Amino acid sequence: MIDVLGWLSLCVGVGFTVLGCLGLVRFPDLYNRMQAATKCVTLGTCGIMLGVFLKSGFGALGVKALLCALFVLITVPVAAHALARGSLIFGVKLWKDTVQDDFTDDRGGESIIEGPK
Amino acid sequence: MTILIIVLSLGAFFCLYRALQGPSIPDRAIAVDIMTVIFSSITALMALEYRLAYLIDLSIALAVISFVGTLALAKYLEGRSLDD
Repeated sequence: MIDVLGWLSLCVGVGFTVLGCLGLVRFPDLYNRMQAATKCVTLGTCGIMLGVFLKSGFGALGVKALLCALFVLITVPVAAHALARGSLIFGVKLWKDTVQDDFTDDRGGESIIEGPK
Repeated sequence: MTILIIVLSLGAFFCLYRALQGPSIPDRAIAVDIMTVIFSSITALMALEYRLAYLIDLSIALAVISFVGTLALAKYLEGRSLDD
């Protein structure tokens, strides 16, 4: 039973990760790509680590896998948020069909949505 | 297990495409970041497959390196220095 749950968790994790990477290729601008890849890969990696824990039990391998899942769950969204803020200040344009740009509205100044609406 | 590792490698190739093709610097940065996290997952799967518990330490180290590198690049893009 536990073994079946471990396989299921591994397969779900790998599926989420690959679909997130597909989003990294297919989406139109930097911010869309970033949110697709970051969220899917975070959940996918946590699923894989949970699967490793379920399949190996309470040993050196399983507990360290849980620690790694916790670490990834905290740090990957933080890194993506810092990188998104950095690239907004750096001046990467938003997609041309973007409807809302609160960052520029709050700071004032030039709109960074690319091209004409 | 081998099939899972092959599918994950396919995802890493998608990231490699974005890192080579990406029109801006943050595109390449996020692609390399995601690719390192995928390598961390592959290392965990290898630790499970071959029953080598020390490979999971390598997995944690890859996650740490990815985090620190992305934060440093984000600070650089914001135009501030690293100790700001």
